[in-house]
Formats: sequence, structure tokens, C-alpha cells
Amino acid sequence: MTAPFPTHKQEEWRYADLEALQPVWEQFAEPVTLTVGAGEQLEEIWLPVADDVQLRRVQIALGEGAKARIFALNTAPVYGRIELEVSLAEGADFELYAANIGGGLSTNEIVTSVKHVGPGGRSRQVIRSVLNGKAVGSYLGKVDVAPGAQKTDGEQSVKAMLLDRGATANCKPELEIFADDVKCAHGATVGELDAMQLFYAESRGLDPAGARALLLEGFVMGLWDSAKESDAICETAREALRRVV
Amino acid sequence: MLHIEDLHATVADKPILNGVSLDVPAGEVHAIMGPNGSGKSTLAYVLAGRPGYEVSEGGATFNGRDLLAMEPHERAAAGLFLGFQYPVEIPGISYLQFLRESLNSQRRSRGEAELGGGEFIKLAKSQAALLGMDAEMLKRPVNVGFSGGEKKRAEMVQMGIMSPKFAVLDETDSGLDIDALKAVGAGINRIMRAPDKGVLLITHYQRLLDYVEPDKVHVLRSGRIERSGGPELALELEREGYAEAEA
Repeated sequence: MTAPFPTHKQEEWRYADLEALQPVWEQFAEPVTLTVGAGEQLEEIWLPVADDVQLRRVQIALGEGAKARIFALNTAPVYGRIELEVSLAEGADFELYAANIGGGLSTNEIVTSVKHVGPGGRSRQVIRSVLNGKAVGSYLGKVDVAPGAQKTDGEQSVKAMLLDRGATANCKPELEIFADDVKCAHGATVGELDAMQLFYAESRGLDPAGARALLLEGFVMGLWDSAKESDAICETAREALRRVV
Repeated sequence: MLHIEDLHATVADKPILNGVSLDVPAGEVHAIMGPNGSGKSTLAYVLAGRPGYEVSEGGATFNGRDLLAMEPHERAAAGLFLGFQYPVEIPGISYLQFLRESLNSQRRSRGEAELGGGEFIKLAKSQAALLGMDAEMLKRPVNVGFSGGEKKRAEMVQMGIMSPKFAVLDETDSGLDIDALKAVGAGINRIMRAPDKGVLLITHYQRLLDYVEPDKVHVLRSGRIERSGGPELALELEREGYAEAEA
């Protein structure tokens, strides 16, 4: 049976393009479940596909001491959504490095719910958005720390670059902590390109458009420095940047 | 080669340069010395075209072309290189990519063929080796995690790769230990000492001038060239300080 169609009243669907989603909802309604057993490791790179509307709904269950690293690029022409629900058993480790790149009237969003169930878990979420035109890019990130999950170490870093006054970045980190000995940090910035970096690049011979493109590339590519096979995701991101800038 | 005439410039509406006139003919190295706040870095930035550095009067030509009418990248393509006092960090972009794109952008605007990947890496490696820099560092993001001395050495590697016609070097010697200073001095001589090239060397201290002997030394104070002389002027300043030299 298909899950009920979401509404904007649900916080995690607040910024979604439901109109675009409606016709294709059935094929995405059920999330994919990945289980990483105790002590095991998972590394995945999620590339965008060619469709106008793209959804990736994934649940990851991390066993004791398990580790998962996800590198993702979200850049659908109309509506893209990466939805991740992660649970961490004792000593598990989760890292997400993801980008929204959007132009035109597109909506791209990354929605996560990270549940620290056991103690001593660690989670890192690093999100970068580059938005032009009237594009919307969002990150809604919920981190839950269960009563027994002492020594949890959670971090969310969210930065967005708006290239046009019409573009919108939404950022909503949310913490729910029911343990008293935990470390959870989050930071968010929305900014423009650094003037001194631009001048440095131009003084070396790059024209203003080329310098801007290079700096934006650096803003995004830094995400995937630690991926084992980052060539494909970097190349796809470069193409996406060329398209939206 | 570089001709500066009665140059006045302001930064945030504050006058910093108050009528600088200077000629650096091809084949010469000129040093600009002067106390803190005299306008040395402002002069360097104005010549390279940093936004916010407004020319209010006077002008500058480079090989007969109006330098100040050009955009920063056009000045680079015309052969002007600024060695930064504080080189800028660019996370996420490797030095190799940064320099290859920069150099090829210059070459395109000069109507020259772009360098291919292999060709460029060969050039970059040889320039790094000549400056005593580990070529592996060029794979790292631009200046990220570099020490002060490494950044300055990297500026000279960039200059070697670009092989400009004219270099304005803004306190390239600051933050260098003696070995790095020798390497940088030798690099400046090797890359820039040629009959068709010129250098404007901005420095606080005489010590770099032991390795790069200037043809002329100018003292900048309160935004004007106060004195000019031969290499002996630098020695005099080193001995007596700016205050005494003025008296």
C-alpha cells in the first residue's frame, strides 16, 4: 500500500515542491533500507540522475561500531530531495557530505534525521548549497540523542552561496537531546564569494566569470576531498555549476 | 616599461598615495622602501587593480598602455604579476588546477595555445624544484595549511610558471628564514633578471637586497617618493633608519 501523500504541514516537507512530486509519488513512497552490521563499513556516492524530479529516500541502520559515509549531490532541474534517516548503535559513526546545486525555479533539499540510540556515537553532516535564479535549496537536519546515548558527538555545518537575490536558502538544524553528557554543534552561514579570493584569482589571469566559477567549485568540491573515488561526483558537480552559474 | 605619473589614490575615501611618480625601464629592478603606513602596499594594489583602491589623479602606463584602464585579469595577461604580501587561501581548489586555469586564461587572451595537462605539470614541477618546494604541495588546496614561508615560496613558484614581464613584489621577504630568503632571491634573479623585464620590489629591509641587487632605491613616505638613489641608499636606510635618513 502506498504511503499517504505528504503535506506542507509536515515539518520535513515544509519546503518541498509537492506539485512536482505528486505524479511520481508512488515510485518513491517507500524508503530503501541499508543495514550496516556491527563493525562494518559502508561508503556510498550518490550521483544525481537525469530526471526532472528525483527522490532518494534511504534509511540506514548502523550496528555497534559500524561506520557509514555518504557523499551526495542533489541537483534536480525541478525538484530534488535526499531524505535520510539514520540510527546509530553504540560507537557507530555517520558522515554525510552533500551539496545542493540549483538554478532557475528548481527546489533541492536535503532532509535528515539522525538518531543516536546507543552511547559514544559520532555524526558529521556537512552541507553546501549554490543557488542561482529563483532556486530554493534547503537543509532540514534533525539530530536526536536518546536518553542512554551518552558521549554522543554530533556536528552539522551548513553553508549556502546565493548568486541571485531571487534565490533562497533554508537551513534548519534541530537538536533533541535526552542525555546530559553529549557534544552537539551546528553552524550555518549564507554568504557571497570572498572579495580577496576573487581579486587573487583575477590577479593571476582569470576573468571575473572564470574566477567566480573556480571559487564556487572550491566551495563545493571541498566536500568530497575524503571520498575514495571522487572523480565522478566532482565532474558531475562541475557540470551542474556550469549549468546554473 | 612601467611609468607612474603623479599617482593619487584613496582607500575608503582616505588619501593614501599623494602624487607618486616613478619610472622603471626594462631590464631594471627598483626597490621601494619606506616606513609602515607610507603607502607601499597601496601602490602595489593600485598597480594590480584591487577593487576599492581608487585612483583620484594621475596615471600609470605599462609598455605604453594605460594600465589603470585594464581589469586585473587583463593586467595579468599583459604581463604584470603581483606577489602578495599575504597570499590568499582557496579551499577546495588544488594549486595545480588554480595555476593551470590562470595561465591558460592568460594565454587565451594573448592568442596563444593553451598548455595541456602533462605539459603544465612538467612546467609546474620544474618551477617548484627550482624554488626548493616539494611538488606534492601543488596537489594541495591553494595555500591552505601552508606556513608563512611556504606561501611566499609558492608565490615565487607562481611567478616562475607565469613568467611575467613585470613583477610587483609586496614584501615577499617578510616571514622568510635565511634559507628561504636566499631561495626566493635566487628565484627573482632567475625569473625576472632579463633585458625585457622589470621588477618593483617593495620591502622594509635591506636583507633581500643582498640577494637581489636593485638598480635604484626609492623611499616612499606619506604617499610620495621622498628620495631616490642607488643601492647605497638602502644601506644608508638600514644603518640610520627612516627618521635619520630624512634629517
